[in-house]
Amino acid sequence: MEALILTVLLTSVPLIFAAAGELVAERSGVLNLGVEGMMLMGAVTAFAATSLSGNPYLGVFAGAVSGGLTALIFAIFALGLATNQVATGLALTIFGTGLSGLMGEPFVGGTIAGLSNLPIPLLSEIPVIGALLFNHDLLAYLSIAMLVVVAWFLKKTRAGLVLRAVGNSHDSANALGYPVLTVRFWAVLFGGTMAGLGGAYLPLVLTPHWSEGMTAGRGWIALALVVFASWVPSRILIGALLFGGITIMQLAGQARGWAVPSQMLSMLPYLATIAVLVVIARNKEFSLANSPACLGKIFIGNR
Amino acid sequence: MISMTPRKDIPLIRTIATPAVAILLTLIIGASIFAILGFSPTGALYEFFVAPVSRLDQIGDLFVKACPLIITATGLVFCYRANVWNIGAEGQLIFGAIFSGWVALNFPDLPMMVMMPAMILASIAGGIFWALIPALLKVRFNTNEILVSLMLTYVATLFIDWLVRGPWRDPMSFGFPLTKMYSDAALIHRVDLFGAGMLGQLHWGVVGALILALIGAFVLSRTILGFQVKVMGDAPRAGRFAGFNPGLVTIGVMALAGGAAGLAGMVEVSASMGQLQPNVSFGYGFTAIIVAFLARLNPIGVIFAGLVVALAELGGDNAQMVLGMPKVVTGVFKGVLLFMLLAGETFNRYHITWHGRRASQPEP
Repeated sequence: MEALILTVLLTSVPLIFAAAGELVAERSGVLNLGVEGMMLMGAVTAFAATSLSGNPYLGVFAGAVSGGLTALIFAIFALGLATNQVATGLALTIFGTGLSGLMGEPFVGGTIAGLSNLPIPLLSEIPVIGALLFNHDLLAYLSIAMLVVVAWFLKKTRAGLVLRAVGNSHDSANALGYPVLTVRFWAVLFGGTMAGLGGAYLPLVLTPHWSEGMTAGRGWIALALVVFASWVPSRILIGALLFGGITIMQLAGQARGWAVPSQMLSMLPYLATIAVLVVIARNKEFSLANSPACLGKIFIGNR
Repeated sequence: MISMTPRKDIPLIRTIATPAVAILLTLIIGASIFAILGFSPTGALYEFFVAPVSRLDQIGDLFVKACPLIITATGLVFCYRANVWNIGAEGQLIFGAIFSGWVALNFPDLPMMVMMPAMILASIAGGIFWALIPALLKVRFNTNEILVSLMLTYVATLFIDWLVRGPWRDPMSFGFPLTKMYSDAALIHRVDLFGAGMLGQLHWGVVGALILALIGAFVLSRTILGFQVKVMGDAPRAGRFAGFNPGLVTIGVMALAGGAAGLAGMVEVSASMGQLQPNVSFGYGFTAIIVAFLARLNPIGVIFAGLVVALAELGGDNAQMVLGMPKVVTGVFKGVLLFMLLAGETFNRYHITWHGRRASQPEP
């Protein structure tokens, strides 16, 4: 049971990173559908850097940087050239999937020593809870820390207020003299960096190898999580744990020999995503209260 | 400072030149990426874009590869014109293959004149069925069609995997995840060019695909349905004032795209595989998105765009065989191509001028 909960926690880490990053980008009014591509780029770079240097922390850094750089491509097109955000995001996912496959080609079949756990002194010695909550790797702690930072930034800081203003009405924000495109640029880059970290978590902790398309739709689920969280950071944690739980249920089901075909169990996270989207969308007041009014809209303005 | 002012009208030469320039830039950028990563750029370009069409009969294969792309993209054009973001054509294609496969496997003795129409109708129904889920959820609950249609693609992939490994597996398949072979009446045959012999694998489905694209062009430009689609995409407010029902348009274009994708699934299986297997599609549903954009959302353009992208796809197969590269590497070219096309669209739509930083204007 303890092992099961631990797996759920670990499975939710990449989702927390990617969803928290995307949430910030969306709050600034940018819909970046390239999360899957950015995660894959983060994953392959993290694996390559760790494999070449032997240092997984260098892998973390490389994953973050490459996620950010991948997002830069999106920013250049969707913000700089005002291209359609949906199509640009799709292009980014296709491109990221392809490029990560190309970059990872020499590394297929290799394994790395991933991140090791950093137990927190004293706290980790508490029975049961200690092992579950205070004996994790750097990225797992960081994912929670980033969620807190994002929540604090959006709610309590001036810059966060400006970011939300830009996302809610870019014309008004522009008229007030806020640099709409600059704000969005950094929000998109932040989103990419976070997606890169989420991607990096896959080879560095969950499975110590690289395989093409290893994110298996996690980037898309992260996008759904933002909708699920109705653009409120703290709710991402709930959503990510829920999806982590559902993903693990299939493993548990197989282990216990449930008389359900494995494919049906594998469908669960995707079906659950749809179900959640429907449930959330039904309650408009709840789901749209924090939805950025300018999400996905092109801003021309003065640049 | 850069200023972007909308153009009043886009010169025709730009409309035609954009895809050509985009393709050229894609080749340059794609080759550079290969070079940077230490792969031979000329070798990659050769294996991707020249080797697959270096013999005459390979032209036929090019059309065969383009066939599911043309059929699927023709349907997607309607969605994207109406601003409905169906990115789950892959799943709809798979369900078309499943529904038509059910007909072929359960009624193997039907004569061809009954079998073919039945399979075609079944495949269209399968695609529509799978596309209506995101459409109805969007209209009824305002859920996001992008996410739902994509999630359903994963579900469809797993579902067909279960079918061919479980209940539909041929007991004589020695454990391979394959259904029984279709009967001869359920197969799409190769085209015999006026008795002059076959041109590669060129089959009658290709002819159907070309006709479908022409019909698509007619419907989009000459019928009230096409007009509604365009108005709802370009000016939804005007559409509502004109009394068009946005929900119905959403359902309509999703059904069109789903039906087309389903048909593509049937054609692909009946012409190239002859039985169901776990991978009935190799990402055609996703690749068709790029085809639709390369065609600048024009069904006639889809034919040419389908052939161009099919070349990259064949190149991917070839690079996999010759250079041992994973199939997804084609995505580098496909992604860059889509970026270039979208950027081209901006340069067409806006007049972009660079006029240095002006001190008089406040910093934005």
